[in-house]
Amino acid sequence: MSRLAVPKTYKLFIGGAFPRSESGRTYEVRGADGAFLANAAKASRKDARDAVVAARGAVGGWAAATAYNRGQVLYRIAELLEGRRAQFIAEIEEAEGATRAVASAQVDEAIDRWVWYAGWADKFAQVAGGANPVAGPYFNISVPEPTGVVAIVAPQDTSLLGLVSTVAPALVAGNAVVVVASEHHPLSAISLAEVLATSDVPKGVVNVLTGSPAEIAPWLAAHADVNALDLVGAGDLDWVDLEIAAADTLKRVLRPERGPDAAAPALDRIAAFTETKTVWHTKSLR
Amino acid sequence: MSFLEYAPAPESRSILSLRDDYGLFIDGAFRAGRGTPFQTISPASEERIATIANANADDVDDAVAAARRAYERTWSRMSGRDRGKYLFRIARLVQERARELAVAESLDNGKPIKESRDVDVPLVAAWFFYYAGWADKLDHAGLGANPRALGVAAQVIPWNFPLLMLAWKIAPALAAGNTVVLKPAETTSLTALLFAEIVQQADLPPGVVNIITGAGDTGAALVGHEGVDKVAFTGSTAVGRQIAKTVAGTSKKLTLELGGKAANIVFDDAPIDQAVEGIVNGIFFNQGHVCCAGSRLLVQESIHDEVVDRLKQRLSTLRLGDPLDKNTDIGAINSREQLDRIRELSDVGVDEGAERWTAPCEIPENGFWYAPTIFTGVQTSHRIAREEIFGPVLSVLTFRTPQEAIAKANNTPYGLSAGIWTDKGSRILAVADQLRAGVVWANTFNRFDPASPFGGYKESGYGREGGRHGLGAYLAPASVGGAQRRIETTDATPRVESARRARPAKKGAAK
Repeated sequence: MSRLAVPKTYKLFIGGAFPRSESGRTYEVRGADGAFLANAAKASRKDARDAVVAARGAVGGWAAATAYNRGQVLYRIAELLEGRRAQFIAEIEEAEGATRAVASAQVDEAIDRWVWYAGWADKFAQVAGGANPVAGPYFNISVPEPTGVVAIVAPQDTSLLGLVSTVAPALVAGNAVVVVASEHHPLSAISLAEVLATSDVPKGVVNVLTGSPAEIAPWLAAHADVNALDLVGAGDLDWVDLEIAAADTLKRVLRPERGPDAAAPALDRIAAFTETKTVWHTKSLR
Repeated sequence: MSFLEYAPAPESRSILSLRDDYGLFIDGAFRAGRGTPFQTISPASEERIATIANANADDVDDAVAAARRAYERTWSRMSGRDRGKYLFRIARLVQERARELAVAESLDNGKPIKESRDVDVPLVAAWFFYYAGWADKLDHAGLGANPRALGVAAQVIPWNFPLLMLAWKIAPALAAGNTVVLKPAETTSLTALLFAEIVQQADLPPGVVNIITGAGDTGAALVGHEGVDKVAFTGSTAVGRQIAKTVAGTSKKLTLELGGKAANIVFDDAPIDQAVEGIVNGIFFNQGHVCCAGSRLLVQESIHDEVVDRLKQRLSTLRLGDPLDKNTDIGAINSREQLDRIRELSDVGVDEGAERWTAPCEIPENGFWYAPTIFTGVQTSHRIAREEIFGPVLSVLTFRTPQEAIAKANNTPYGLSAGIWTDKGSRILAVADQLRAGVVWANTFNRFDPASPFGGYKESGYGREGGRHGLGAYLAPASVGGAQRRIETTDATPRVESARRARPAKKGAAK
């Protein structure tokens, strides 16, 4: 006789807490075979704004953390994810209808990408910055700094890998993130949020919204307290309108990418959400 | 004659041999424009200098087509070494014709000859010299091996540093292997057209550099042109926003260097004499027509009165007048339109309750002039503390603690530059860390160098000009198909290939 399972309630992840959508709305998530999996929270404009407030509140501390510390925190996510490997594989099998091997490969790659980006945290500034030999008695140095609050429309075709591939690089330099998960495969995003909540990531540094990207993304694109917009998973939305809305506050925008190489690990994904600051100081013996 | 009165010492205009009218520079030759030509005048005298051609949409088409041909047939096939040699040639020609360029710049723009002669033109040569050396070293630009040029770059520049902004745009673009169509500002086309002559003297292949003159509609046609791969713009935030919207949804790469409202923070332990010179240089350099000007002075409360008194004394010794006079400190405002804007915002400052002080100086009868002006008692809510005035007007605010200084400095949608004055090194570094600005000058201000990246945070734009970072604005990583570990996914919906041009695959893949 089989035991009756205890299903999980999937909610949003905002400011380190797991609230339901303030709108009270949910939507049905079904597996590849059409079977009911769960009711996910359907985030509203207000939820998106709350997430931006949480991200803005968190970004100062995260950006001010030492690069060594940020690297350790990101590595810790990989550690915890490794421990919950089986859970994510099962979730992806159900959600995407993937074979065990394919689901495992996705989870393994997601874990390895956290490790890859974790290692960049205390090296990126050396690679992207540098001393500038100006023609005068000045000390002159350029360093990359986080852009601020980054809103992301995660790749829509995977449960976990696309999400990790977009969130991790934004965190490396010290940004805070509001990410809209895959509409059809949102459950692993919330399970990842549980990993983040129990790792050392300060609350508010990552905020996860589930629901309709087409509904939520315009509010994030137009939000004056969002500094950058990653549209990598917005290819099926009216993304040109999102880019136009983002121009009103001159947000940094990454355009949609498709296919298995979307948001592939790259240094320029880190660089895309940094600003180069150049400091001049006079040199003098007096 | 007091010690402040100098005999006139005008730089001779005889070094110039200007034409009466200038055409568009397309495909290596000057030709008439199809729009209605306009006059360029000296803002110091309102005298006509020359007639300038006006490029209409057809001319823009021709210029972009010429740049495309030159890119495909010549420039993209040339070795980096040879591209570099052309740029070195240009740098040398600029040095050879430096005085002529300086005189033309001061005549057409209104800036003092000592600035065009000692700052603008030497930096123009330095910019070409710096980027010339990069042309055959692009593997080290930070984008991995074999980065590729973008193609045709559309570049639109402002009137405050006409030739220098041209150099900031053209030098890195050509070094990276792009060809360019550049539009100078309507009121300051002259030195760009002299530069076109230098391009001819350097025997640069036709079409690699095209210079089209005109007003805003010419610029809009250029940045919106379908044949353009890259847009670079320096100018107002309002226009930058519009350009970002125009470029949205295309595959064009965009860099924007926009407005600013820089805080210049003076702590009570600052070397006051140097700080006063730095404050003056920060806001009155180039009549305040500087996007990174230190237009908000944040002075620690305890030294407010002393600093303001010394500033007033110093400003009373500045000489305003003929830009071609070697003793002139403050030249002419570039245009009547800009003068009107400065007057309007300055009057708003008075209306909102700030106290205006104007340096005692004689204003010439003709031309556009604005005496150095200081506002004290400015609140953070005042428009003169929030909006870019782009003129010789300084707003003075106070603070008590470093935290308050940082909060006030960052309390702006802009983020281009900032200044810090203090003798305490650890405080400089800590404050510099927290300022949201792309360039921070400590115990100095308004320094520029081709090796030093320049550009803004927030609504001051994105991308950097200068240094290795400036090359990145004109390059893309090489395509490295198959380098990433691929994940087999079994998503139910078939992938739809984007109708738009796919982004190149990323470099630096994790293995």
